[in-house]
Amino acid sequence: MAEAHMSSQTLAAPTDHAEGQQHPIRLYLIVWFWLFVLSACSYAVDLLQFQGYLRWGLILMLMVGKAGLIIAVFMHMVWERLALSYAILVPPVLVLVFVILMAFEADYTFFTRMEFFGASPAVPAPVVH
Amino acid sequence: MSDPAVTHTDPQPGLTGFVSDWSSDKTAFKTASWGKAMIWIFLLSDTFIFSCFLIAYMTVRMSTTEPWPNPSEVFALEIGGVHMPLILIAIMTFVLISSSGTMAMAVNFGYRRDRVKTTVLMLLTAALGATFVGMQAFEWTKLISEGVRPWENPWGAPQFGSVFFMVTGFHGTHVTIGVIFLLLMARKVWRGDFDTGKKGFFTSRKGRWEIVEITGLYWHFVDLVWVFIFALFYLW
Repeated sequence: MAEAHMSSQTLAAPTDHAEGQQHPIRLYLIVWFWLFVLSACSYAVDLLQFQGYLRWGLILMLMVGKAGLIIAVFMHMVWERLALSYAILVPPVLVLVFVILMAFEADYTFFTRMEFFGASPAVPAPVVH
Repeated sequence: MSDPAVTHTDPQPGLTGFVSDWSSDKTAFKTASWGKAMIWIFLLSDTFIFSCFLIAYMTVRMSTTEPWPNPSEVFALEIGGVHMPLILIAIMTFVLISSSGTMAMAVNFGYRRDRVKTTVLMLLTAALGATFVGMQAFEWTKLISEGVRPWENPWGAPQFGSVFFMVTGFHGTHVTIGVIFLLLMARKVWRGDFDTGKKGFFTSRKGRWEIVEITGLYWHFVDLVWVFIFALFYLW
């Protein structure tokens, strides 16, 4: 009985996540290589002085690409069950709502600063008697 | 009367599995150990902290009426008489990416129960992390000597300094804690604590090889945060 239990444990080991994650080293090296390439591209965006939407688009794409590779492979998220992946990955998406809210807020602050403190000096020089 | 499908602990795949895991009235994370589930939940909370910093940064940068200092020039260095924009940050990025790679290898060899390779790779990761913190100290020193303060700087919007010190300071603290954690765990691996079942000083319980992966998750997260800081603060 105990022996049968033992052997089934040993057999199950390679696929059992509780026993650990075993993936070929080659996979890590490939991801590592791509992280270097994407980082170099990010730096190139600055070196080549791309501006405007091209710059922002490239920065965001390269950022998401790098983050995705790190989470998926280095942090083993693709091999986790969806119950864990969703519990961890969905809440940060909701942070985007916060980003949008604060973008509106910042825009409004900027508007009031320009309206009341911007351009010409709105405050007259103090009168000296 | 018991249904074998219910008692059998073979989790279902895909979305059905997601629903059945969460509605099972038992542990929701079927294959992840408590240690792994907890580090992930900690990292999620840390994500919120860094999100707040970066959102605050976005807010002050969007709302300031003064020009934002150009990071490409602020972080430029003269190396051998050549003016190189943002070079220090680029080097720091490559150092941290390298350390993530060595950490991933350490985790891999940890699960192969290879004590020597795991220890060496963890120490190498710690060394790269310490290099990163050292370069950050250099960067802080340089900027402070140039007159950057949390309330002012010579080039434009005063919020630049406060965001810079807050965000990179918190990230650097995380890296430093990671280095300490790596050194402690590397010592345990080297000593063979996880094979002999030696009890930990702090927990009085036996450690497991899985701690290498948990340390790795923290370390990769620190690298992950840097990816966002690099893109949004230094490149934007």
